[in-house]
Amino acid sequence: MHLHHSDTSPDGHTHGPNGSGGSGGSPQRPGGRRALRVGLGGPVGSGKTATVAALCRTLRGELSIAVVTNDIYTREDAEFLLREAVLPAERITAVQTGACPHTAIRDDISANLEAVEDLEERLGPLDVILVESGGDNLTATFSKGLVDAQIFVIDVAGGDDIPRKGGPGVTTSDLLVINKTDLAPHVGADLEAMARDAKAQRGDLPTVLTAVKSTGGITPVAGWIRERLTAWTACPA
Amino acid sequence: MNRAALLVLADGRFPAGGHAHSGGAEEAITAGRVRDVADLREFCRGRLHTSGLVAAGLAAAAATGYDPLLLDEAADARTAAPALRRTSRRLGRQLLRAARATWPCAELDDLAATRPGGAHQSVVLGLTARGAGLLPVDAAYAAAYESISGPVAAAVRLLRLDPFDATAVLAHLAADIDHVAAQAAEAAQHVHTDGVAALPAASAPLLDLTAEQHATRPARLFAS
Amino acid sequence: MSRAAVPSPPTPAPASTPASTPASTPTSASTPTERATPTERAVVGVHATARIRAARAGGTTVVPVLSGDGPFDLRRGRAHGDQARVCVLGTMTAPLGGDRLHIEATADHAAHLRITTAAATIALRGPTTAHATYDVHLRVAEHASLHWLPQPLISAARSNLRQSCTIDLAPTARLLLREEIVLGRSGEPPGRLSTRLSVRRDGRPVLEQQTGYGPGAPGWDGPAVLAGHRAVGQILIVDPALDRHPPRARLFGDNPATGQAVLTPLAGPALLITALAPDTMRLRRLLDAAHPIP
Repeated sequence: MHLHHSDTSPDGHTHGPNGSGGSGGSPQRPGGRRALRVGLGGPVGSGKTATVAALCRTLRGELSIAVVTNDIYTREDAEFLLREAVLPAERITAVQTGACPHTAIRDDISANLEAVEDLEERLGPLDVILVESGGDNLTATFSKGLVDAQIFVIDVAGGDDIPRKGGPGVTTSDLLVINKTDLAPHVGADLEAMARDAKAQRGDLPTVLTAVKSTGGITPVAGWIRERLTAWTACPA
Repeated sequence: MNRAALLVLADGRFPAGGHAHSGGAEEAITAGRVRDVADLREFCRGRLHTSGLVAAGLAAAAATGYDPLLLDEAADARTAAPALRRTSRRLGRQLLRAARATWPCAELDDLAATRPGGAHQSVVLGLTARGAGLLPVDAAYAAAYESISGPVAAAVRLLRLDPFDATAVLAHLAADIDHVAAQAAEAAQHVHTDGVAALPAASAPLLDLTAEQHATRPARLFAS
Repeated sequence: MSRAAVPSPPTPAPASTPASTPASTPTSASTPTERATPTERAVVGVHATARIRAARAGGTTVVPVLSGDGPFDLRRGRAHGDQARVCVLGTMTAPLGGDRLHIEATADHAAHLRITTAAATIALRGPTTAHATYDVHLRVAEHASLHWLPQPLISAARSNLRQSCTIDLAPTARLLLREEIVLGRSGEPPGRLSTRLSVRRDGRPVLEQQTGYGPGAPGWDGPAVLAGHRAVGQILIVDPALDRHPPRARLFGDNPATGQAVLTPLAGPALLITALAPDTMRLRRLLDAAHPIP
């Protein structure tokens, strides 16, 4: 019998450094921390999967990355990432959400936590794990028990009044990505108004207006991940 | 003992991963065997008196303090379909995480250490009830109720049933739940003298069959 | 032999009468028992036991014990290689309500035994509404094998049968079991039928399974259990070789209306095929498709 006693802290509980419970414990990177967990949420079709794909392509050369997808009905998101070969298959895990994508990332994070920990256990120390939520509405946010930071992805075609309307995703996410700026002229979206509304809703929290599929479009998002990772690594475990 | 702990444990919002599982209801709906509230009631009745009874017996036995590893083995022998064994262990692991945070105790830690891949959900449930200071019959109630509350919640989403009608299914089966919990708790009293053979082993051929069928579906909302 | 020919003894008889000598023909008459006061129904049923023991002798298997009373008439068949074959002939339409039937079969070290029955077993109501029991106990020793391949069990309307099959296997023993159940003769509802299959290997549980069908079994005909199917069957194989080559789960029959089967690897070196069909013919076809038994 393979015992995992070494993973258990003296009081018998296994809580991750950020308060997230862990039954198996996660392999730690040099410096004594588990991987940085970043959630990506946002409405259907706003470009979450494209953002994940672009992040993987940009960062995989310098960082050890894995992805958990929360597909709503199919394994399409996971399979898109596999088909695009952004990461080796063993670095991508799909979680079923029982028709409630927001429950799986907020109210009952069990399956996602398990997927994250399984990846770390299987692949060894990782730098970043991206958890992509199933497409949901503007109220979906990630539990702090699951992720260390969250990115909310909206797009200009979804309506340029979304930042003004607010909602937890827009107002509280650690990074707001307003995607598909290249479509703005075609859909009559006012990018300046979107940026202004986002600023008003979010205060000092950063917002990026970009088109992640265009050349260099992912650069500001990747840069933000690097900053978060640096801060995460520097923070005492 | 605080009986109210049973309400926390049996609450559908207890964060132990159950929301993503339909208990076979999704496949029964896909196959056209469950189409309305009446079908759902019969589905739940069948599940309650078979896999629900088995889970209740194992949970009650675990709550008496009987060796959880022997019960885990007994659960394997009572779960013919590998898809159901996988699901049960996965849910067991998720429940163990929630339980250790909610009612920390050494027995739960020991089980997590000896079964890192997850023990069967019913065994974890019984041990959790024990950790929460509940009685074996309480553990049996939680397991019996869990065996049908998941399918009902799933059917509401999948069939767009009127949620009042669907909840009435659970209320309608209250006497059956009483019966199953009592039967399970009674059997669990004999486990220390007669071993795990004393525990219920009721099986449902279709639940086994459809669990494997569901596991092969490329498009599904629920994990089981 | 007929039930009417069996006199009711004036005093309670022992629960079973072990045959003292191996026999290939029916031994003494069955042993009805009397229970409680004479004012109650006197005959509560037949108590009968069949015993079979196979042993290794040189390059072949012999059957030194082959005895049955009551409805059990046991015949030696022609050996098949080193496998001895025994057929259980039912000489009456047992089991009826109140009957207590028992079969014990053992394959000793390195013996190979195959047991079949000549005809379907039909559970009938009989003179009382009391339940009948039909208990089978199989033991298979090291390096031995046992095939238990009875004809279908039919649960007729208003019958009440509790059937059990308990199997103890040594670590290197092999088992092949096929069971088929038909719920009701054609056009009639089934009686009450409960079954229990307990398989232990080296004392540890491999498979523990109870079923309850017919009146009084909640939900048995609903969408979680049988969904209107009237024939249900299983093939169980326990073989240490399955540890090295574990099978994958497989489904057979894609039309629920004509029956479906699933092959499932168990937690130990064992596999179980479970089939559901509208009738016994389609049931056997599914079981044969999943695992042909010559």
